[in-house]
Amino acid sequence: MLHLENMVLCRESQVSTLQSLFGERHHFSFPSIFIYGHTASGKTYVTQTLLRSLELPHVFVNCVECFTLRLLLEQILNKLNHLSSSEGECSTHITCEIFNDFVRLFKQITEAENLKDQTVYIVLDKAEYLRDMEANLLPGFLRLQELTDRNVTVIFLSEIVWEKFRPNTGCFEPFVLYFPDYSIGNLQKILSHDHPPEYSADFYAAYINILLGVFYTVCRDLKELRHLAVLNFPKYCEPVVKGEANERDTRKLWRNIEPHLKKAMQTVYLREISSSQWEKLQKDDTDPGQLKGLSAYTHVELPYYSKFILIAAYLASYNPARTDKRFFLKHHGKIKKTNFLKKHEKITSLVTLQLLTLVGHDDQLDEPKYKCTVSLDFIRAIARTVNFDIIKYLYDFL
Amino acid sequence: MCFISYRNSLTLWLTQLFCFPDGIDNVLFIIVSSVAFPRKSRISFVEMSSRKSKSSNLIQADYVSQVQRILRERFCHQSPHGNLFGVQVQYKHLIELLKRTAIHGESNSVLIIGPRGSGKTMLINHALKELMEVEGVSENILQVHLNGLLQINDKIALKEITRQLNLENVVGDKVFGSFAENLSFLLEALKKGDRTSSCPVIFILDEFDLFAHHKNQTLLYNLLDISQSAQTPVVIIGLTCRLDILELLEKRVKSRFSHRQIHLMNSFSFPQYLKIFKEQLSLPSIFPEKIFAEKWNENVQSLSEDRSVKEVLQKHFNVSKNLRSLHMLLILLLHFWFCLGNMLALNRVTPSHPFITAADLMEANQLCSMDSKGNIVHGLSVLEICLIIAMKHLNDIYEEEPFNFQMVYNEFQKFVQRKAHSVYNFEKPVVMKAFEHLQQLELIRPMERTSVNAQREYQLMKLLLDNTQIMNALQKYPNCPTDVRQWATSSLSWL
Repeated sequence: MLHLENMVLCRESQVSTLQSLFGERHHFSFPSIFIYGHTASGKTYVTQTLLRSLELPHVFVNCVECFTLRLLLEQILNKLNHLSSSEGECSTHITCEIFNDFVRLFKQITEAENLKDQTVYIVLDKAEYLRDMEANLLPGFLRLQELTDRNVTVIFLSEIVWEKFRPNTGCFEPFVLYFPDYSIGNLQKILSHDHPPEYSADFYAAYINILLGVFYTVCRDLKELRHLAVLNFPKYCEPVVKGEANERDTRKLWRNIEPHLKKAMQTVYLREISSSQWEKLQKDDTDPGQLKGLSAYTHVELPYYSKFILIAAYLASYNPARTDKRFFLKHHGKIKKTNFLKKHEKITSLVTLQLLTLVGHDDQLDEPKYKCTVSLDFIRAIARTVNFDIIKYLYDFL
Repeated sequence: MCFISYRNSLTLWLTQLFCFPDGIDNVLFIIVSSVAFPRKSRISFVEMSSRKSKSSNLIQADYVSQVQRILRERFCHQSPHGNLFGVQVQYKHLIELLKRTAIHGESNSVLIIGPRGSGKTMLINHALKELMEVEGVSENILQVHLNGLLQINDKIALKEITRQLNLENVVGDKVFGSFAENLSFLLEALKKGDRTSSCPVIFILDEFDLFAHHKNQTLLYNLLDISQSAQTPVVIIGLTCRLDILELLEKRVKSRFSHRQIHLMNSFSFPQYLKIFKEQLSLPSIFPEKIFAEKWNENVQSLSEDRSVKEVLQKHFNVSKNLRSLHMLLILLLHFWFCLGNMLALNRVTPSHPFITAADLMEANQLCSMDSKGNIVHGLSVLEICLIIAMKHLNDIYEEEPFNFQMVYNEFQKFVQRKAHSVYNFEKPVVMKAFEHLQQLELIRPMERTSVNAQREYQLMKLLLDNTQIMNALQKYPNCPTDVRQWATSSLSWL
């Protein structure tokens, strides 16, 4: 059992609570347990690890994967069948479409020798998606022990608190367990745990310290931090590898890595560029200011007339129709009369860039209506490039 | 620890004196002797005491396992052997009704109404158990158990009834025929009988209000129709948590219902609640180890008289009277009695102290009454906390009008730009990501469904936390920066 402590760091009290809830194998456990906590707080990992090490019969199902009733029920039944059948026996695929059949088939399967007299655990991960499925599913699973008259416990894992799950007419209340978030000390301990063997633990711990110093105020998600740690470590080691500094020159290492991490916050953290692009960038050592992100469409160069069409679209979208007279009566339009076809082309290209969207029915082919979907900052930047003071023409700024 | 000084002749007397019954395990005997006595007797004395304490440990662990089994069955699994608390009158009413159908062949219908956890299922199970013990009844009666959560439409319900009654169109588990055929077959089978010669059928419909949502309430109509006509004696028992169940029934269904209702309203007072607490924790008289059981029950008695325990139970009683929430508290109590210490090392669960104490109950109560949203706020990053504080200020200024991301961002910028709070000067997309995380956690909610045409930054949102929750969570927040905390208490810029 000692290895369990090493497998789940910083979660001893949760493991002991779960263990005492499970009790002994043949005892009855509480019919339903609801575990909630932030993402990456170890709910799935701890539950799975505990059930596996204690070798309790369990079925693990993800509600995002099984997004329909049929997928969910069939997966549970087939996994159970697999558990209950002896090795070498090939079992047929069970089909089940409604909850009533599920209960009946569940009763049959748990009559098997190696599942009898033991608590069977059904773990439903990402349980918040159950709320969007059939209305009887959540109350049914909460009471599964009573409905099937068997020794079964259903464990729900979710990020959302229990109060948002409760149906209108009430239900069987589960045992609610909270998995606390990791403190900064815990995060440091866990992140330093996977240090690469070539470098010393202290060196990696100093790196994690710097990383947490930059990212901790913004993000406490363990998965994100781990991802960032792995991605940026080569850059941190660069001075040591190149021989410019040794492992203890903390100031030099810090000066090298800090702007890099700040740039990472604007790009990789926001998923503006992919991780492989980021890694390539580090290797090529190009200036990170030239990054072409996904939504950095400010650098997209539009042709001159397209810019005016966009500005006109923005004004038309956000100014009420009656104010047009006020703005445009004495205004000499700078827009030259272009060919009808070219205007249509330019409009479709703006739609492709998702700067305009089609509003209303798309079966109105002769008079399609569009709306401008760019933000104010963007349109001001565009207007500035053509020397057009758009603020003067916007109704909301009068 | 005992320091004993003795002479040779006292060996036997001391051995008898210091062999305590189970419970004392860590007594260290340090024996000081002025006379050297034979080695053999010395060794046997020490061995005897350690053997006794080891065996007493094992015996206790064994008792503990049995205690756990009994208490778990009581709290986790609704065993039909429990006592009925405060519902004797209703129970008598129900059992009389059942006997009238089973023995005298009278048809009837009744609704058992009560809030969740008030003991409806327990009541009916008790009644059925007692009924089956009456002579001659068990061979002669048929039961059909339906549940509104399982049989979500009349077709499935009909198949289930046919399956449970094992009519001729059932082979193994499969029921043949269409809905209309099944219905007519069932009605035929039920109509053929009469009061004297056919088996009475008990229909138990759990979650009765869900059956009232089926199309045309066909099933309910047919069942209640049979209960009104002189055919096979049936009793229809409906269990529901809705007090307004009669308004859900259609006129033709309501007129066929006998309007008999049994209400279970958790109508016991606090002294009775205390008694229930004591009874739920006490071991039954059939427990094999009498001495241990007696000591356990005495401990429970003293617990129920303890003032702090009474306070905790009073608080619990004020929030929710029903027994299910009491069971939840008692399970947590068992857990605290058990846990801590070498749980991970030993495979065998052993308690940290022999009997339950009041401190265990205090801890259990604390866990029961946690604010779950406060817990979630505890795990947010500093940036997300700042956004929540900005939203709080917007709510205070604009009196709970909905806001959008841009407004929150502007409010946040007001904080960042004063007094060199440049450490919080994050880029707008980073702040947007934090805002979306709050939305994912359902701490803020859009006022209407996301439309493709509106931009995300300008969509109106609502905060689902109130000011007290936010301030409490901030107090507990680990390493909260002082300027953030000060900003939370007041949004005025001169502070």
